[in-house]
Amino acid sequence: MVWVIGLMMVLMLATAIAALVLDNLIGATVAAASVSLGVSVLFVLLRAPDVALTEAAVGAGLAAFLLALALKRLGLWRIEVQQKEEDGRAD
Amino acid sequence: MLTRAGPLLFAGGFAFLLFVLLAELPFGDPVMAVGRVVLDEAAATVGAANIVTSVVLAYRGIDTMGELAILFAAATAAGLVLGHPGKADQAEEAGGFILRAGADLLFPLLIVVGMYIILHGHLTPGGGFQGGVVLATAFVLPVLARPGQVPSHGALAIVEGLAGAVFIATGAAALAYDHEFLTPLLSPGRLGALVSAGTLPILYLAVGLKVGAELAGLLIRFTEADAESPR
Repeated sequence: MVWVIGLMMVLMLATAIAALVLDNLIGATVAAASVSLGVSVLFVLLRAPDVALTEAAVGAGLAAFLLALALKRLGLWRIEVQQKEEDGRAD
Repeated sequence: MLTRAGPLLFAGGFAFLLFVLLAELPFGDPVMAVGRVVLDEAAATVGAANIVTSVVLAYRGIDTMGELAILFAAATAAGLVLGHPGKADQAEEAGGFILRAGADLLFPLLIVVGMYIILHGHLTPGGGFQGGVVLATAFVLPVLARPGQVPSHGALAIVEGLAGAVFIATGAAALAYDHEFLTPLLSPGRLGALVSAGTLPILYLAVGLKVGAELAGLLIRFTEADAESPR
């Protein structure tokens, strides 16, 4: 049990830092969602399965969905390869 | 320099406040006595195997109605900001093969899981809010895969309105029997059976359909808005 908590802490810290550091905004969105997944595992270990379910559905699912839609609306929904191609076409 | 100092000062003060509060409380010792009473009483009086549900719908039913009202107001405000629905003719091209195949596979699965979570809300963890979110994602995923085929906003609004009306009507029915508003009616039944806990499953079904229709409408409007808005 303790090592699961430790693993989740490391995973959450790593994904949280990745969400800040990553240049690829799609990757950052996924990283931000996986922080919520770690939190929901911790909630299960703390015997709060209801809260864990909410966290997984809203934090990991709906929030990631909203972030992705916002990225799409701002025109930032692309991977670097596509971006270079588009830049090349513009020249 | 000064702009940085403000938030830092606030964060420091907040941490100090939390520290003072926590230093006074004995660790792991609940201050409130209500929780113990609810744990002892809820299973016998309400009949829901999931104690959380009996708190959310039976002891704190009006809180849940307030939550629904807040969610409704937020969805309405977001819909106002995001603008006009429709205009599917200028839709962007369909998603890639993986997205289309994944949406087809996941749609029935998500519907079943969402309905299961809603209908077993009084027995197992979960309930209307969580299941409603799952239902909403089930209906938005196909829209992402095929932007042309959008479920009608009118149908979603009708489902949402009916579900909200059922919630309030179930609460008001208690008034007819000289109980307080939203008091669970019918007999609690056998603890752990699917048909048990009186009217709580009806309330949770209403909550789930309302939340699902509301969030689905909101997210679909979000996907439509990006097609028409200028960058």
